[in-house]
Amino acid sequence: MLKQRPKHLDLAKIRLPLPGIVSILHRVSGAALFLSLPVLIYLLHGSLSSAESFESYRALIANPLAKLVLLGLLWAYLHHACAGTRFLFLDIHKGVDLPTARATARIVLIVSLALTLILGVALW
Amino acid sequence: MVNRIVVGAHYGLRDWLLQRVTAVIMLIYTVMLAVFLLIMPSGYDSWRTLFSHTWVQVLTQITILALLMHAWVGVRDIWMDYVKPVGVRLALHVFTLVWLLSCFVYSITVVWGS
Repeated sequence: MLKQRPKHLDLAKIRLPLPGIVSILHRVSGAALFLSLPVLIYLLHGSLSSAESFESYRALIANPLAKLVLLGLLWAYLHHACAGTRFLFLDIHKGVDLPTARATARIVLIVSLALTLILGVALW
Repeated sequence: MVNRIVVGAHYGLRDWLLQRVTAVIMLIYTVMLAVFLLIMPSGYDSWRTLFSHTWVQVLTQITILALLMHAWVGVRDIWMDYVKPVGVRLALHVFTLVWLLSCFVYSITVVWGS
């Protein structure tokens, strides 16, 4: 029997659902973290260097533009970690039904943004 | 006994599992580090003292190794999803490996150098 399926190909109306947004941001943040790995190791390097070079390193970090980039990386890390934790639970079949999956996707977005905001304000 | 002809490279499940195990290692390290940062006094001296302990250095290096293996699986997945020409994909895979290995060597000097 041929089912009459609703066709909904209005591209202006099709929206990526919330779990899809969390998923693609997981990939984007992962790629961003991969590309900034040398920067992240350099940051650890600077924070562990001698007291004199620590000061010059701190002056470099004090630049507002540098702070903005670091804030972006902080969000990337937090989102990747939160979304990754959600995926780990999905892997063991926890929270796979649609309402729960949508709710946890929303929680991931909110928690990672809130943590970025709190840590960003505390560290700025 | 059924003799099945099994095809394929067989690294799929291994890599899938590797990515998840390394993810758990990184999550544990992140939570531990966050707890330490909350309970210890802030500042250069206590931060440096923390990383002068051998067990912290070992855990940090293991976690960085886990991160690089995790990133290899993840980034390779991205190339396999979006890049179809074999030559370009091979070049990107080589770039990814060299990039991650360079980061690993750099991280050794940072973790053990101070």
